Amino acid sequence: MQTSTLFALLLLLTLVAYGSGFSRALGAARKGGGVRNLASLPNYYGMHTALWCGLPALLLLGVWLVCDDSIIRALVLGRIAERPDTLAGQHLLYTQIQNLAAGSLIGQPTPELQAAAAYLLSLRNGGQILQTVLVLILSVGFGSYALLRIRPEFRAREQVEKVLRKLLLACACAAILTTVGILLSVLFESLRFFRQIPVTEFLFGLHWSPQMALRADQVGSSGAFGAVPLFTGTLMVSAIAMLVAVPIGLMSAIYLAEYASRRVRALAKPVLEILAGIPTVVYGFFAALTVAPFVRDTAAAMGIAASSESALAAGLVMGVMIIPFVSSLSDDVINAVPQSLRDGALGLGSTKSETIRKVVFPAALPGIVGGVLLAVSRAIGETMIVVMAAGLAANLTANPLQSVTTVTVQIVTLLVGDQEFDSPKTLAAFALGLMLFLSTLILNFIALHVVKKYREQYD
Amino acid sequence: MTATTTITTTVLDVGEAAPNSQKPVEHPIMDTLTQSTETVGQPLCESATLRMRHVNVFYAETQAIFDVSLDIGRNEVVAMIGPSGCGKSTFLRCLNRMNDTIEGCRVEGELTLDGEAIYGPKVDVVPLRARVGMVFQKPNPFPKTIYENVAYGPKIHGIASRRADLDEIVETSLQRAGLWNEVKDRLDKPGTGLSGGQQQRLCIARAIAVSPEVILMDEPCSALDPIATARIEELIGELSENYTIAMVTHSMQQAARVSQRTAYFHLGKLVEVNDTEMVFTNPQHPLTEAYITGRFG
Repeated sequence: MQTSTLFALLLLLTLVAYGSGFSRALGAARKGGGVRNLASLPNYYGMHTALWCGLPALLLLGVWLVCDDSIIRALVLGRIAERPDTLAGQHLLYTQIQNLAAGSLIGQPTPELQAAAAYLLSLRNGGQILQTVLVLILSVGFGSYALLRIRPEFRAREQVEKVLRKLLLACACAAILTTVGILLSVLFESLRFFRQIPVTEFLFGLHWSPQMALRADQVGSSGAFGAVPLFTGTLMVSAIAMLVAVPIGLMSAIYLAEYASRRVRALAKPVLEILAGIPTVVYGFFAALTVAPFVRDTAAAMGIAASSESALAAGLVMGVMIIPFVSSLSDDVINAVPQSLRDGALGLGSTKSETIRKVVFPAALPGIVGGVLLAVSRAIGETMIVVMAAGLAANLTANPLQSVTTVTVQIVTLLVGDQEFDSPKTLAAFALGLMLFLSTLILNFIALHVVKKYREQYD
Repeated sequence: MTATTTITTTVLDVGEAAPNSQKPVEHPIMDTLTQSTETVGQPLCESATLRMRHVNVFYAETQAIFDVSLDIGRNEVVAMIGPSGCGKSTFLRCLNRMNDTIEGCRVEGELTLDGEAIYGPKVDVVPLRARVGMVFQKPNPFPKTIYENVAYGPKIHGIASRRADLDEIVETSLQRAGLWNEVKDRLDKPGTGLSGGQQQRLCIARAIAVSPEVILMDEPCSALDPIATARIEELIGELSENYTIAMVTHSMQQAARVSQRTAYFHLGKLVEVNDTEMVFTNPQHPLTEAYITGRFG
């Protein structure tokens, strides 16, 4: 049976188990004088039976799916007398056998290969049957076991809650494990990169030119992997973005929270949040086609040379993109400042603006800082706008009218097109990714701490 | 009970009953009286700091205060008592226009402070609130240092610009609030780190730092323990030498201990105002009597 069919069947069995557990509990209750005499409510007996019926079988199915391929592969390769020594060679051989089994191998296979392919097919079929039988036996067996355990004094709720707690824990772990997985995969590739390019050169080098020549005698054959221009570029674009986003976002948050009437607020807040819903690619168009030429022409009119792709254009548009981030978070924080503080300040004869500047804003400041830091990590990670509006040239410059490039943009360009995973050019992407991950991680860490400290102040 | 016959000293006759939107309360005494807006006792006095005449307050459509007239004399402590929701806090908040911050709140009537109108198109609330200070139910020190909390008012009103003057104001205010000895060594610590009673005295110090004429207190002790309450009550007695005080309280013992006159509010109406001793020993109005003897409320 196909795995998907089996899975559907398993779901059906679980549903049936729930129903029979439920009705059996009701039956037991009827004999013993009503539902009140049951240790738990009937639906908990149903759930208990369903969990026993579904979970062990599901676990087996999962383990099977993970291990299935490698076991079959080991068995098939074991049949072949002259195995290649290298991992890559074994991989190639196995792929040949697989293709043969699927009937898509071009060329004349040896009898040994044909035998191996036949063996592969028989293993797969046998495995499929074995899998179906085992899963069904497990499901039905454990399900009936749980069904037979149903007695009025059996505490099904405690059992179910124990399992549910474990499930919740597993879900919580999934997010953490994913993070660890991402970190590790990036880390190992980065280590391979640092084996070829020294860490010091990467961190402190002033020249970035990752193109590697095919032959040693070509011009620029070595490539240069100094990441400083990328990080200064990122810094500059993010700084321009924050210069736009923080004042505008903060002011609009203060207006919305303190001055706006309820009707304006109900209208303006969703409109402002629409900004957050615009895809960054669209912001990219806007930056490249409208803002960047405008910046160039304005600069030219003032007699300053500017390239048509500039850090300023990308930063401005990115700032607009981040405004709802800053304003929405700050608005929440300002609203969380207790009304009693405002009353206290107003009662002393403060004007509204004095109240906001001297009491409400300082009280909300830690939360606002947290929100701004979250926005900064968003700005650092932003790619599309920079690709389209700031260019690709890794200039080490402090002039916002020149084109710059950022870490994320370089990661994209390094991984687009053909990739060789033994060349520093491709591997550099992972080193950049690692650095970016670490810096945003630190920023988020600080932001969460600041926000936490703020919470403690008012609870 | 023949209710109205006991009313003897109706000083103020305000004429016809105001339109009444309240639903009738099921109590034999109230049935006969909820329509009346007459106040028994002595709501008016000769040399009044605060004069309120025919005050009506509305929250959007609902009327919260019905035709209340009351005077508060110089250096007098007036306590306002009454069951929850009877409008005492609303009335108190009219006196420094804190009701302005509530959307849809409307105040009608004549209110004057030393003969100057409190409400009116030309009145600036900022100097008004500097003259009429307020202490709130829950201590609400700013998340600043103790020094900054007290210095806040003088700074924004430009009362003291030099550091030495400011230091002096902070010290005298804290001394008057009876907090100086407890905090003089930690003026640079956050005001929120003090105990509840200390925080409330800090708020009183903050209010008197701008030298107001009147201090409004909205249940200043309801969040405090008995010892802190006793301390604040003692303080109110001392403050009344220099300030006019209007306070809302739920504790009748507190009203009896600190005030010279007591006003009893009921469902937005001022039912009785008299010397405190008189109110608690010989209430003139059956509603007042019912409330202070604990028959409802």
